Amino acid sequence: MIIHHPILGPRDAQEFVYLGDESLIDRPDGMSAGIEEFHDYAYNRTNPAGEHRELWYHEQGDRSWLVVTRNTVTHEITKVELARDVARAKGRTK
Amino acid sequence: MANLHALTALGAREAAVITVGPLTITERFDVALASVAARRGRMADLAKAAKAAGLPLPDPARWQGGTPYSAFWTVPEMWLVEAPFASHELIEGMLKAALDDAASVTEQTDAWVALDLAAPDLAPLLERLCNVDFRAVADGYATRTMIEHLGCYLIKHGAGAVRLYGPRSSAKSLVHAIELAAHSAW
Repeated sequence: MIIHHPILGPRDAQEFVYLGDESLIDRPDGMSAGIEEFHDYAYNRTNPAGEHRELWYHEQGDRSWLVVTRNTVTHEITKVELARDVARAKGRTK
Repeated sequence: MANLHALTALGAREAAVITVGPLTITERFDVALASVAARRGRMADLAKAAKAAGLPLPDPARWQGGTPYSAFWTVPEMWLVEAPFASHELIEGMLKAALDDAASVTEQTDAWVALDLAAPDLAPLLERLCNVDFRAVADGYATRTMIEHLGCYLIKHGAGAVRLYGPRSSAKSLVHAIELAAHSAW
């Protein structure tokens, strides 16, 4: 599988480490969120047969976190973004 | 005080030169290294200070030569800087003085083994060792890649000239992997 890195171009998936669902970016505020919200964040995932947004880490490369939009049925990758840009677009500061 | 003598990454007093067929592996014991990372929001300040200090900050996946500093891109807003060891053994302090608080500088000299590979054409060797498309990339290409499970930096200086930086504690394993691939390639 080839992941088209936004900075470095096509790279073999062997260079990456898979973390999981992109929703991990949206960690609730530990001081104000309730236990139910944190439980959902920690344990509950949808398991779609189809398009899935997921986090990949370019460990044997430039150490960037990526948000990869991948079809879990066909393994087709339709979009690759820097997780930093995705988080900032959601209003995060870093 | 005891008279101490530094050993090379391969554990000898003198840097190794290993020949396998047309390939020559030269251990480089004369390179000082430091990483330079822009502090958050300070990239413009770092670029200005680096320019004044004669420190190149090349584009992603590129190496740029210079005197005394050469550098290659490793991570967004971070570079690994090379300089002659004889004049820049204290490279970390020298860069820190030039860049002040625009960048975080970390000494890297003894973290890596530096190997120069030379042969008329290195493509048959490197296509066995790593997944860099060596024939396709231009001179001055620099990337991190995996060689025998070791995270290494590879810099292409020409079709027959490559500098490798591998983890120093695995220097012998890295050389062994290169030797094996060379026997297979030639």
